[in-house]
Amino acid sequence: MLNSLLNAFPGSVAQGLIWGLMAIGVFITYKILDIADLTVDGSICTGGAVCAVMMINGCNVWISMFVAFLAGMLAGLATGVFHVFMGIPPILAGILTQLSLYSVNLKIMSGANVSLSVRNYDLLVSLQYLKGVPFYCNTLLVVALILAAVIGVLYWFFGTEIGCGIRATGCNAAMSKAQGINTDRNKIIALMMSNGIVAFSGALLTQYQGFADVNMGRGAVVIGLAAIIIGEALFGKLLKNNFALKLLQVGLGGIVYYIVYQAVIMLGTEPDMMKMYSALVVAIFLAIPYLKERYFKKNVASKGESHA
Amino acid sequence: MLELKNVTKIFNGGTCNEKVALNDLSLTLNDGDFVTVIGGNGAGKSTVLNAIAGVWKPDTGKILIDGEDVTNMPEHKRAKYLGRVFQDPRLGTAGNMNIDENLALAARRGKRRGLGWGITKKEREHYRELLAELNLGLESRITTKIGVLSGGQRQAVTLLMASLQQPKLLLLDEHTAALDPKTAAKVLELTDRIVRENKLTALMVTHNMRDAIAYGNRLIMMHNGRIILDISGEDKKQLTVELLLKQFNVAAGETFDNDRALLTD
Repeated sequence: MLNSLLNAFPGSVAQGLIWGLMAIGVFITYKILDIADLTVDGSICTGGAVCAVMMINGCNVWISMFVAFLAGMLAGLATGVFHVFMGIPPILAGILTQLSLYSVNLKIMSGANVSLSVRNYDLLVSLQYLKGVPFYCNTLLVVALILAAVIGVLYWFFGTEIGCGIRATGCNAAMSKAQGINTDRNKIIALMMSNGIVAFSGALLTQYQGFADVNMGRGAVVIGLAAIIIGEALFGKLLKNNFALKLLQVGLGGIVYYIVYQAVIMLGTEPDMMKMYSALVVAIFLAIPYLKERYFKKNVASKGESHA
Repeated sequence: MLELKNVTKIFNGGTCNEKVALNDLSLTLNDGDFVTVIGGNGAGKSTVLNAIAGVWKPDTGKILIDGEDVTNMPEHKRAKYLGRVFQDPRLGTAGNMNIDENLALAARRGKRRGLGWGITKKEREHYRELLAELNLGLESRITTKIGVLSGGQRQAVTLLMASLQQPKLLLLDEHTAALDPKTAAKVLELTDRIVRENKLTALMVTHNMRDAIAYGNRLIMMHNGRIILDISGEDKKQLTVELLLKQFNVAAGETFDNDRALLTD
């Protein structure tokens, strides 16, 4: 058992890194913008589908991934328009885009799935590239470098004037408007960036597993939240207060999530049940602050009196 | 400087909760006016400020700042003319961001925000000096999240933020109401100092009659969405709370009903 777990280890880490990258996209909306954006369940597949179909039609892997990124940004734009210009609450706006994307993804792939075999195409990352390839082609390294690059770019961006404005928008919209910040525009920018990154990770995931499937994004937002929460719980105390480290923490959260996921499956859990378990774990972690406040908060005043 | 022409705002129009918040209100502010606004519960004091700030559009009427019609200008664009401090200390600052980052956001009010750094080293030094002038010890905690500061400290920083980019008009919406009396007095003194030093035009809503009388060169009393008293110059200097209440009773035809205003000393 342990042996098979160790054998699967590099694969779990690689997948975890890819999901961690997606979770960083979720982080932008969930933590910075304070919006739970459900578009990602659709846009991750859009990214995978665009990348696969483009490569099948002879496009270079980098161009395909870039266009996948742009496609994700378009999905974010749709949600942003629903929310900002049509006044639809953000969760509902995300659900509407996600539903539309189901049709869009089927159209892109002309079906429910497409395969992108590593034997026929020049892929950047793959299950097959974990062993027996030069180290600079190793999927683990490639994905880790991409993750580091994305963290670097985001660290820079959220330190710029526009980036600070987006952070303020998510933190306090009334104050932002009073300081002349265009909160509508900022929400759209953040939604586009988030979904662009999610779609990009979808493109990586499709190459890694060798296919894109219309259902591949189901529950992606929950996995993203899980990675954020796990990262915070395990590394929050260690890596405090620096934005780049916070993003890294999300990436690490993704890895831990995937290793635990693999281990639980190897312990004999039905894979069919995993989505429910993931959801329950996230539900419990999301509930902790509330439960603490409601049931475990010590009454300071009465405690003081008992000492008196 | 500021002109409100026949501004009317009705909330929940056509429902049983219909409330005429501003009733054909007109007001002109001159350059350098420091106007205190006082009135009973629901008189429309904060509503006037929100109308000027552009939180929503008035139903009828026009708002002009320095002759420019801003009635249909969105809130974030109008912000370049306005410095604002709110009643709730949490509203005026971004709690998750550092003190210096909040100041940097305010320093860019009315300017185009691009891909330059959100805050520079030079700025940070400048903010340190400005914070030192507040005498709150904040200059050594410049990278602290502003959310951990006390209400009074946050209001002081918000005031500083409102005056960083010289505003044409400073809007103060009961900005000392949530503070304890001692802190409120300090923040008021700071307000007065900032208004004087920067020669700002200011509109300050307060629930405290003594403050309304003590500060500013002009006092406006509101009732049912209208201005019923407008006292300035020598008359303002002669004012007392008793006199003000008497004048209110005559103008409004009823007794003053702001329990907070009467209870606070």
